[in-house]
Amino acid sequence: MREMFYSHAIREAIAEEMERDPNVFLLGEDVAEYGGAFKVTQGLVGQFGKGRIRNTPICENSFVGVAVGAAMLGMRPVVDIMFQDFITLAMDQIVNHASKIHYMYGGQLSVPIVIRTPAGGGRCYGPTHSQSLEAWFMHVPGLKVAAPATAHDAKGMLKAAIRDNNPVVFVESKLLYGQKGLVPEEDYVVPLGQARVVREGEHLTLIAYSRMVGEAERAATALDREGISCEVIDLRTLAPLDLQSIADSVVKTGRAVVVEEGCLTGGVGAEVSAQIVENCFDYLNAPVQRVAALDVAVPCADALERAALPDAGKVMATVRQLMQKYG
Amino acid sequence: MDDKQLLADYRRMLLIRRFEEKLDSLFTSGVIKGTSHLYAGQEAVAVGVCAALRSNDFMTSTHRGHGHLLAKGADPKRVMAELFGKSTGYSKGRGGSQHTACAAVGFLGSNGITGGGIPIATGAALAVQMTASAPLTKDGHAGRNRAHPDAVVVCFFGEGGASIGMFHESLNMAGIWKLPIIYVCENNLYAMSVPLHEESAVQDIAHRAESYGMPGVIVDGCDYFAVARAVAEAAARARAGEGPSLLEAKTYRYYGHSKSDKREYRTREEEASWKNRDPILLLGTKLLETDVLTKDAQLQALHEVDAEVEAAVEFADNSPEPDPAAVLDEVFA
Repeated sequence: MREMFYSHAIREAIAEEMERDPNVFLLGEDVAEYGGAFKVTQGLVGQFGKGRIRNTPICENSFVGVAVGAAMLGMRPVVDIMFQDFITLAMDQIVNHASKIHYMYGGQLSVPIVIRTPAGGGRCYGPTHSQSLEAWFMHVPGLKVAAPATAHDAKGMLKAAIRDNNPVVFVESKLLYGQKGLVPEEDYVVPLGQARVVREGEHLTLIAYSRMVGEAERAATALDREGISCEVIDLRTLAPLDLQSIADSVVKTGRAVVVEEGCLTGGVGAEVSAQIVENCFDYLNAPVQRVAALDVAVPCADALERAALPDAGKVMATVRQLMQKYG
Repeated sequence: MDDKQLLADYRRMLLIRRFEEKLDSLFTSGVIKGTSHLYAGQEAVAVGVCAALRSNDFMTSTHRGHGHLLAKGADPKRVMAELFGKSTGYSKGRGGSQHTACAAVGFLGSNGITGGGIPIATGAALAVQMTASAPLTKDGHAGRNRAHPDAVVVCFFGEGGASIGMFHESLNMAGIWKLPIIYVCENNLYAMSVPLHEESAVQDIAHRAESYGMPGVIVDGCDYFAVARAVAEAAARARAGEGPSLLEAKTYRYYGHSKSDKREYRTREEEASWKNRDPILLLGTKLLETDVLTKDAQLQALHEVDAEVEAAVEFADNSPEPDPAAVLDEVFA
C-alpha cells in the first residue's frame, strides 16, 4: 500500500488501463499539455502522445458523441467533462444515445465509455461550477453511475468502469482530489454496484457517497461521544444501487439518514428513501430523513455556499432530532 | 462502374421506392403502428453513395433511414420486420422505423434525434483513424475492434440537421483531425414544414464546409452518376488521409415529412416539377439509351422487386411478436 492523492489514483488508473488496452484513450478539453482543469491527467500526454490524450474543442455534446461513435467500433474512450455542470451540454448524446444504443439496436452494438465529471462545491466557484447533478443520471436506464469517496475506490472503480461494456458516468469530487488515501501497489478493481460499510453502528445508518462519506464519518465520530452509534454506508455506485447492503444495515439499525451534496428535491436520497420504505418498512423505527443541498443554485460567497451545502454539522443536527423524537 | 453494378443499383433504387410505397399503404391501413419518414424521391443519393463505397465502410443515418439501410445491403425482410415491431427485426422490435442498426453491413443506426448521428459518425471515423495508427495488443489483435484501418464513414443528415450545434461541432473536429469521413447532406428543401430560406442563412449547406477546413461539393441528388462520382472522390481523399468532405445533394422527398403530414407548405406544381426529374426514371432512361438495360429487363426488375417487397411483408407478418417477458433484456451489455 502507498499513500496517494485521490487525483493521482485516478491518473494511475487511466495510465494503467491505457497501457493494458490500446483501445482506451482520453479526450476532453485541456486534457493534454495542461493536464485537465484540476491537473488530474497531467503528464499522461508525455507517456501516450496526443493521439490518445486528445484535446478537443469546446463542444461537450459532440465530443461525447465522438466517444459514443468510437466506442461502437470497439474503442474504450474516457471522456473528461471539465466541470460536472457542463454535462448539461451533452445530455442528448448521453441520454438519447449512449444509454440506449445497446438496447434500442437489439444488442448489436455497445457503448463502453466512461464520462469523468468533477462535481460539487466548497470552492466558491459559484452556480455553474459547483453542482452535483448525478441524481439525473440514475433516472436513465442503461447508464451506470459511480461516485467513489476514497483514493482506493477512485482507482479501483475507474478501472472497473473502463473495463465495463456500458456507459458509466464517473463522479469525482473536486474537494477530494487533494485528499490522500491508501492505494495497493498491485492491479485491482472495485466492482461497480457494491456498497461499502465504512463503520459499524447500532442506532442509525448514515448512507452517503462521494465527499459526503467523509462528512458522515465525522458526524458519526462526534455523535458516538454523545452515545449515538451510527453505521456509515458508502454507496460507491448510484446505479446500479446496492439495495442489499442498504437493507442489511437498515434492518439492523432501524433508522436511516441519507446524505448527499446534490439538491434535496428529486435527489439520490429521494430514491434511496423510497427503496428503504418499500423494502424495509417493517424494520423502521423512524421515518427516513434526508440531508442534502438546499433547493437553490450553489452561491459563490463562502457564507452562502456553506448555508446551501450539507456538512457534518447538518448531519449531526438531523440525527439528534431524529433520535430525540424516535430514539 | 460495370453494367452488372449499374443494373444492381437500378434495381436497388426500385426496391427502395417500392418498399416505401408499400410502407405508406401499410401505415395508412393501420397494419403498422407508430410513425415513419419515407425516403421515396431521394433514392439516387443513398444508392449513388453506396456505389462508391466498400462493404466494410460505415454509415450513420437519420430518422429517414430505410433507404440508407437497404442501399447499404440490409435484408429487406428484417427491415420490414422491425417496422412491424417483430422479434426478427434488426432491433428486435425495440427500435422501429427510426432506430434500426445493421452492424453486419456497417450500418451504425438510423436515429430519431435530428443531427444526433453526426458526432457518432465522427467518432466512428476517429476509431478508424486510430485503428490505422494504433499498436496491437500483445496477442496481436485490437480487441473487439470492428474498424478496418482503410475504411471510411458516411454520415447522412438533412439540411434540417445541419442547423443543430452538433453539425458544426462535429465538422470542426473532423476538420482538425482530418478524419476519414464523408458528410452527406440530403437537402430536400424542407425541415418538416420549414422551407430552406427560413432555416438557413445560406442556400447551399455545402458552403459551410469552408469554415471547417474541408471541401464542400454540391451535387444533383436526382443523378445517381453525379452522386457516385462525388462520393468516389471524397472516399479517395479520406482513404489517402486527406480528411473529410461535405457533400450536399439537392433532392426532394415525395411524401410528407411523416405520415400525418398533408404537405400544405408546398405546392403540387413544385412536387410535379421534381417528379419530372425522378431519379429512377433518369437512371432507367440512361441505362436504356446505353443498352445496359432493355425494356424486358426493366419490367422483370420491377416484378422481382415487388416480389421481394411482398416476401418481406410476409416474413414480417409471420414473425413472432417480441416476448413481453423479455422487455428488460439487454438494457446493459
